[in-house]
Parts: sequence; C-alpha cells; structure tokens
Amino acid sequence: MSSPPRRAAWRKGLAPYLLSSPAGLWLLLLFIVPLLIMLSITLKTCSPASGQCVMTWNWGELPHVVNLYRTQFVTSLIFAAVATIIDLVISFPIAYWIAFYGGRRKNFFLIMLLVPFFVSFIIRTLVWEFILSNNGVVLTFLKGNHLLPSGFHVLGTGFAVVAGLAYNYLPFTALPLYVALERIDRRVLNAAYDLYANRRVAFMRVILPLTVPGIFAAFLLTFIPAFGDYVNQEILGGTANTMIGTVIQNLFLIDSDYAGGASLSAVLLVISLLGIWLYAKLLGSRTIEEYL
Amino acid sequence: MSLTPFARVDESTGSERASRRPRRLGRFVLPTYSWLVIAYLVFPIAVMIVYSFNRVISGLQLVSFAWNGFTFQWYEQWRSIPGLTSAFWLSIRLALVSTVIATALGTLLAIALVRYRGSKFRGKGGIEQILFLNIAAPEIVMGASLLGIFVTFNIARGFLTLVLAHVMFSIAYVTVTVRARLAGFDVSLEEASYDLGASPLGTFRLVTLPLIMPGVLAGALMAFALSIDDFVTSNFVSGSSVPFPVWVYGASRVGTPPQVFVFGTVIFSVGIVFALLSLGLSKKRA
Repeated sequence: MSSPPRRAAWRKGLAPYLLSSPAGLWLLLLFIVPLLIMLSITLKTCSPASGQCVMTWNWGELPHVVNLYRTQFVTSLIFAAVATIIDLVISFPIAYWIAFYGGRRKNFFLIMLLVPFFVSFIIRTLVWEFILSNNGVVLTFLKGNHLLPSGFHVLGTGFAVVAGLAYNYLPFTALPLYVALERIDRRVLNAAYDLYANRRVAFMRVILPLTVPGIFAAFLLTFIPAFGDYVNQEILGGTANTMIGTVIQNLFLIDSDYAGGASLSAVLLVISLLGIWLYAKLLGSRTIEEYL
Repeated sequence: MSLTPFARVDESTGSERASRRPRRLGRFVLPTYSWLVIAYLVFPIAVMIVYSFNRVISGLQLVSFAWNGFTFQWYEQWRSIPGLTSAFWLSIRLALVSTVIATALGTLLAIALVRYRGSKFRGKGGIEQILFLNIAAPEIVMGASLLGIFVTFNIARGFLTLVLAHVMFSIAYVTVTVRARLAGFDVSLEEASYDLGASPLGTFRLVTLPLIMPGVLAGALMAFALSIDDFVTSNFVSGSSVPFPVWVYGASRVGTPPQVFVFGTVIFSVGIVFALLSLGLSKKRA
C-alpha cells in the first residue's frame, strides 16, 4: 500500500540529479576532464626520443614557460590592461546615461551598445585592419589634410592591437556597468540629495561605491578574454608584439608541442582564476554572477 | 494635516537641487557623448556594408581599400566561392544543432538549480562553480584542452567535435539566462496542475514550459549567437569541417573576397531586424 507513494517520493528526491546530470556530465567530460588532463600534461616529463610521458609531478615547467615567454606575457598584460581601462573610461558615461536618463528607450540603447556583436568577431577585426591600414579611410583622410606625416602607420603596431581589443570587448565592459548602475536604488540617491549632498558628493559617495562590484566585474569580464586573445594581435599587430594567445595557438596547431602549449594554457588559467579569486575574496563569490 | 505640505516642499526643493546641474550634463553633454560612442560602435559596421558594394578593378577578386564605384556584383555572386558558402551552411547547421542541445540541457539544469537547494540537491554549489568557471575561463584554454583530449583519445576532428565543443561553451550561458527568468516563477501554478490531476510530464509541457518560454528563447538566442560567431574554440577542434569564422580567418591571411562582407552584411541585417522586432513586441506587450 505504501509502496507507490514511497516510490514517488524517492523519484522526487532524484529529480534534481536527473535534471542536472545531462548538462553536468557534458561539462564534466568536455570541460573539467580536459582541463585536468591538460594540467596533468604540464606535470609530466616527456622523453623527446620516444614521445612517452611519465607523471613526475614536475611543477618546474610552469615557472619555466613563464620565464621563456616573459615578453609575450608582459605584452599581453599591458595590451589587455590598457584596452580594458580604455573600455571602462569609454563605457562608464554611456552606461550611466542609459541607466539614469534612458527612459523608455533603454532597451534600444542597449541594443546599440551590443551592435558590434551582430557582426562576426573575425569580420569586425578584419574591418579594423581595413580602417587602420595605410591607405584606409582614416589615415588617408588625415594624411591628405597634412594632419599626419605621410610615413605614419598604425597597422602592425601595438596601438592597432589595443584599438582592436578595445573595440571588440567594449560590450563586455559596458553591460556589467549598466547592470550595476541600473540596480542602484533611486531612493538611496534621493536620500543623499535630501541630506543636502550636491551632484558631485552624491556621485562620489553613493553612486561610485555602489558601482564598485560592477566595475570590478566589468574589468574581469573584459580583461580575461582580452588577455588570451590572439586574433586581434595576428590580424592587426603583424609579426611584432606577439601575445601569449598567439604562442599557445602556434604551439598547439603549428608546432604540435602539446606539453609547452598545455603549460602556457595552465598559467593563463591560473592568472584568470587569481583575478576571480580576488573578486570573490573582496566582494563575495555570488555577486559576479549577477553581471553575467 | 500640516505635515503634508511641508513634506511636499521639502521634496520639491530636494529634486530641484538635484536637477539643476544634471540638466546640462544629462540633456546635452551625456547624450552627445553617448551618441558619439554609438557612432564609434557602428562605424566599422558601416564600413563593412559600404565596401560590400565596392567594385573590384584588379584581376584578383579581393576587397580593396580604394573606392572603385558602386556594384551589386557581390550580392548577385554571393554563392560563387564554394568554400565560403559551404562554411556558412556548416556554421548554420552547427549553430542549430548545438543550440537545440545546449538549450535543452541548460534549461533542465536551470530548473534544478532554482527549484532545489540544501540537502535536496547536494553538489549544487559545485555545479554553480563549474558554470562560473566555464564562463570565466579564457576561451583559448578551453579550446586547447579540448584539442588535447580529442588527440589523446583519437577522436577525428570534424562536425561531431564541433558540436561537442559548442554545446560545452553554451550550456552555462543558457543556464544563467534561464535561471534569471525563472527566479520569479510561481510554484503554486504547478501544484494547481498536479491537484487537477496532471502528470509531471503534462505539467511540464502545459504549465512550466509555456511560463518559462521567454527565458528559454533568450537562452537559445544566446547559444545560437555564441555558436555562429565562435572562432577560437572552433579553430582548435574543427579539423576538416571548417565553420564560417574559421574559413574567413584563413582566407583573410591571403586576401578577403568581397563576398565575406556580403555575408557579414546579411547576417548583421537579419540579427538587427530580429533584435528590433523583439524590442517592438516586448513594448507592445508591456
């Protein structure tokens, strides 16, 4: 008599696991396991002669590759940081404007912020190559009006790479900032005005502190992909200013040096995780998800 | 009685003080600045559209920087580059397949995460961490590690590995999107359905799914957009079947055929029309 309800209860207890296991297994087998295998490759020692790898828990490979590719790491760090800061500076005012003055057209402006995403990432970058090239629209115009010397060029320099990174990742910065600003309780702001705060004080002591988690989230969500990016560097940067993503891609796809590529990827992952860990430590682990 | 006018006076002076300076900032400086930023975001897209109509005068049919005159030639000959056309259709098929799978798996996971917590769902925290890590990890690391296991286990790279990879990086986005829409879900509606004798499956199909449909569609759109635009991971796992972004990247190292801009323009137009239509619809409903 009691068996059907008990079975139903048992089935009900299983429900969360049944619902989550397809996605969970997919992520486990194709995301977590590959990452662990990649990490394990970096700890193995391979003999160049036979190609056989043995687990030796050799942590030395990580500092070794960092040292070997130090210039590329530094270049990536600088390019990604500069591009991210440019994006924060560009997008804060527009995010502020949409959040506070957007009115009924808020969604329209958000679509305009996302407009680069309607064109393929590769095509976007190719068009920038087009725009920044020596006989492209911008430089031809500026040189024609003698605003720039005729030998001036942008393509193939770090400036072009930073410009491409900044353009391509701007929506990643603008959206978290918008979410943070939008969520500020207007009553708190009105309370500040009622307490005789002027515009600047209200901004500095109410709006800005409440936006800090959003700014940090925007920084991470822009910096991490920009740091590992190699498309902008390969298309806009020419052969100079190699970034770490380019090295990883070449090691895997051209040199078939999986151990070296895996070690560099592991370092890249650790750097990203450090940023996220710092965020969780300072602002709580759940808050960053609110900006995704 | 006498309190009300006082309160009102206080309120009005407060808002007057607040609005005196923003009037300049909010009505002139910020809008001008914002439209300039929008112009900056739109500018490369405008260049792409304009140059999809550019004539080519040299022997090789590649995009050139100089403006040679207006032509519809590339729209008429949009299929004349077999590699590009087949890469495009491959990307569409890939995006459709991986969107369907990722949306189904991601929605089920989102339901589990919203509905069950504590001792009813052990491992929930772990799954949430994995989702977060999946979104935050640099794409090149995911692509490289996938290539690693495909090589290790001798899995031939092609359409299958592309689907495996695209579903992998879409699930977390779908789950986050659907979960956000599920937050305000009223469970009593499902209970009412059970009380009226509906089976769990019937309740899901007739009550739960219609209610969460907007979230599911948003998640599906997200997955589709991620898949069709993906280059980094695809470049690692594509092997012999080349999706659109990978083909364009490869071709661009030699010279970009104008048809690439035609495809870009068409994809952009379809996307923006969809976005603006959905905006209009949501406004009408509201």
